[in-house]
Amino acid sequence: MKKTKIILILVLMLMLIFTACAQQTPVEEPDVEEPSSEEPVEEPEEIEKLSIAIVSPSSINDFAFTQSIYDAMLALQEEYGEDTIDFVYSENMFIVDDAAAAIRDYAASGYNMVIAHGSQYGSSLQEIAPDFPEVSFAWGTTVDTFGQDNIYAYEAASHEGGYVNGVMAAMLTESKVIGVVGPVETGDAKLYVDGFVAGVKATDPDIEVLVTYINNFSDVALAAETAETQIAAGADVMTGTAQMVVGAIGKIQENGGYWFGTQADQADFAPDTVVASQVYHWEVVLKEMIGLRSEGTLGGQSFVANLANGGQVMAFNPNIDIPEEVMEAAQAAIQGIIDGTITIELP
Amino acid sequence: MKSRLNAILDALLPLLATIAALLVGAIMLIILDVNPIVAYSALLNGAFGSSNALAETLVKATPLLLVGLGICIAYRGNVINIGGEGQMIVGAIVATWFGLRYTNMPGWLMITLAMLLGALAGAVWGGIPGVLKAYFNVNEILSTVMMNAIAVQLLNFVLTGPMIDPIQSEKASQIPQTARLEEAYRLPRLVPTRLHLGALIAVGLAILVYFLLWRTTLGYRIRSVGQNKFASRYAGIKVERYVIIALMLSGALAGLAGVTQVYGVNFRMITDGSTSGFTGRAGYNGIVAALFGSLHPILTIPASILFGALLVGANTMQRVTQVPSALITALNGLVVVFVVSSEIWRKKRQQKRLTVAIEDQVFDEFSNEIPGHSVEEAS
Amino acid sequence: MISDLFSLTVLLGIISSGIRLATPYLFASIGEAFSQRSGVLNLGVEGQMILGAFTAFYVVMNTENLLLGVLAAMGVGALMGLAMGFVSITLQAQQGISGIGFYLFGLGMSNLLFQLLVGTVETVSGFPKVPLPILSDIPVIGKLFFDHNILVYLAFLLVPIASFVLNKTNLGLKIRSVGENPEAADSLGVSVSKVRYFTTIFGGAMSGLSGASLSIALLNVFQLGMTAGQGFIAVALVYFGAWRPWGVLAGALLFSLVNGLQLWIQVLGINIPSEFAVMMPYILTIFVLTLSRSKYGAPSALTKPFEREG
Repeated sequence: MKKTKIILILVLMLMLIFTACAQQTPVEEPDVEEPSSEEPVEEPEEIEKLSIAIVSPSSINDFAFTQSIYDAMLALQEEYGEDTIDFVYSENMFIVDDAAAAIRDYAASGYNMVIAHGSQYGSSLQEIAPDFPEVSFAWGTTVDTFGQDNIYAYEAASHEGGYVNGVMAAMLTESKVIGVVGPVETGDAKLYVDGFVAGVKATDPDIEVLVTYINNFSDVALAAETAETQIAAGADVMTGTAQMVVGAIGKIQENGGYWFGTQADQADFAPDTVVASQVYHWEVVLKEMIGLRSEGTLGGQSFVANLANGGQVMAFNPNIDIPEEVMEAAQAAIQGIIDGTITIELP
Repeated sequence: MKSRLNAILDALLPLLATIAALLVGAIMLIILDVNPIVAYSALLNGAFGSSNALAETLVKATPLLLVGLGICIAYRGNVINIGGEGQMIVGAIVATWFGLRYTNMPGWLMITLAMLLGALAGAVWGGIPGVLKAYFNVNEILSTVMMNAIAVQLLNFVLTGPMIDPIQSEKASQIPQTARLEEAYRLPRLVPTRLHLGALIAVGLAILVYFLLWRTTLGYRIRSVGQNKFASRYAGIKVERYVIIALMLSGALAGLAGVTQVYGVNFRMITDGSTSGFTGRAGYNGIVAALFGSLHPILTIPASILFGALLVGANTMQRVTQVPSALITALNGLVVVFVVSSEIWRKKRQQKRLTVAIEDQVFDEFSNEIPGHSVEEAS
Repeated sequence: MISDLFSLTVLLGIISSGIRLATPYLFASIGEAFSQRSGVLNLGVEGQMILGAFTAFYVVMNTENLLLGVLAAMGVGALMGLAMGFVSITLQAQQGISGIGFYLFGLGMSNLLFQLLVGTVETVSGFPKVPLPILSDIPVIGKLFFDHNILVYLAFLLVPIASFVLNKTNLGLKIRSVGENPEAADSLGVSVSKVRYFTTIFGGAMSGLSGASLSIALLNVFQLGMTAGQGFIAVALVYFGAWRPWGVLAGALLFSLVNGLQLWIQVLGINIPSEFAVMMPYILTIFVLTLSRSKYGAPSALTKPFEREG
């Protein structure tokens, strides 16, 4: 009986090894084969044909962070044509380790550019990038390229749009209480929220801003209940960031208040409630990277999508009758941020 | 000769069930307009197709095996530990803190200490539900689910505050991660891939757990408490103590899994606000791996490799065919359901053989000999 | 600041949050209590919930028929329950683990179908609030307890009904006996597997309804992964409630009220890290259960497949 067991384990092990070897010998093909079959030729001055791969932590239709990069790729394709820009993606790579494997695999499979769209991927990128000197990597959202000349970094100055939203919110609130629903107090979310609070305080320091981080990116019910709580505490204007805020938007809508959006244009979601959204247009920074790449620079620079360069745009909801003075204040804030007369004080 | 064939069939059962599940998945692929042959050859290739792929599979399998070993112990003691996620996180937090706090130690010393500390932390995190179950009649499914949620918030707290990477704390973005461990503290790599020493340690522990369960008094008592609490108490075994020990050992192994993820793979901790970003769901998937291995420590080794291969290969398949990643999750679920359902055939055949020797004691002897004996006994 | 917590607004706020948050737990936990009382542990509640949430949302989006949405969600939940039943009753599979399989399947499928059929986050008009006549006019309390949507009332109504069915009816007796002593039940002519099939299907339907209560009643939106682990909490609450509907109600309310409380703590600006506030409901649930020293044990045949001797 004892022998049986040993034999059995050996058989299993052997099986596994056999499968491994059997797969190894007959030429490396399937996954390497597809988009890289035509090696792109370096053609300075003109945009080379690019195969781009995106790795992102949530879903491409999350209505938030990942959708923003996906939409940017569609915009790029629109502009350059599908023949020139061809892209693939791996979404929902919330497991950092899986994302690392995806980044490495795409780089090894002949993609010219791999976009790691999640600040948590940085550590992996730092390890992988040196192994693929021909491939450009882009890491967002951050400013850190690790000093490597094939990593681009990009981030959004989300506090700028947050500030503009905050200015408008401060002028629209009647109760002088504003609610904010955040996920985890970090990264893009924190930057946006801090900018928003700064905008409110700069407009009217007496307004009370209730900020709640629910420490979760997916619990829609808890986000909704946070909104209910803030509304009960007097909030009549709200904002929030990350994909679970759809629950909160619904609640402020029910109560006839206003909502300010970020990451994606949320006006379609609640046309009578969303006043304005800060929208990311990553294609602006991606175009710069692509341009540099065709000139032979594979990385080493960092980009910021902001109001000045159009990487960040305020989308005002045409369905809402925004009072003139509010609109003027918003435009003044945008102009002030662009020409530098407004400096946003972050905590 | 016949019994040997039976045993081989038994051991191959999870593999056959996996194939059956993938066949069902093929229908889904066809609906999505993807050629299943292309998809599955990508899967196989991604899991075993090159030395690097094989290494990735083994890297993935390591935490599954460690958690799975803990599950083997817990199930033998008739406790259900679904707190692996939390135990991994807590083990990793403590080990990472230690590695960042004490610099310039010899690598082997730090790695040993970190592993011990991580295991200890996991044991404490698993021990709490153990104590609650043994002395306060608090069901361990409830407490381990809750402890997972508490561990995530703890992780969010330390990574945005006390343990945040000093470089990040100065930047506006404040990525919630710790600093990187110094090079000397990283687990040695076995071949020029990401395969690290943790894999070997896990295999060693599998053998150790086997001996613990079937060759020591402690293991005997855990199993006997698991099989019949009342008879064990009657026989003078302090039942409460062994319930706690089973959960602590289970937690310790999960904690160790957390340590190997930091010291062997990521070299730092990162959070995305959920459990899985860091653990890769190993706390749950380890349970599945243990079952694939019929809750037997040695068989859990190939079972973890099989399940790890599936996870790694499926991701490759997504990249090659560009199917939505949601399909991969659904497929993963199908495999689990199929494998767990296939157990009945093993049981049926075993029962046939068992009609010869019915008594419980004999059964116990028997389970000693045949890897992957009845699941009934463990549940 | 702490004293602010005791104002009427806050107290009412906490209670109404508690009522809303408890609703999905009640459906799912009571369904799960039934299946556990008959001896089947279903860890796949989360998967049934999210697939139910998607189904309800999708049906209402296309037909604007709320009743149809509820029925479809329950139907899908029941189908998942049937599959769970087949795997754990007929094939006698390890229940804890098959549940994890169904969880992953439901999560993946809801996500996949959402991407293929809907594509972007949208709202639907779900169940409106129905103030109960007379009762809702009672000052303070009326607004708090009698101004909700139908599914909220239904969830709370389910508690006494479930308790009655379990304890006072023949069906309840069968369920309990099958869970405590299947051999004896079998010898009395009760079909163990029939009863267990019934409870797992019922449990699945309830989980589906629980998902619907989120997507077409409380939130009126579907977002990927929106149940966010609530299905697992629902299973845990069954243990809290010691498999009794009233106990489940106590657990669901405790957990949800503390959740409401922690939101107020953050809103009032009481200075504790938000992570610790979020932890509170989890810690307190364990703590209360520890103090209560529950004397109830699990149904003896829980997770044990039944097979007729001989």
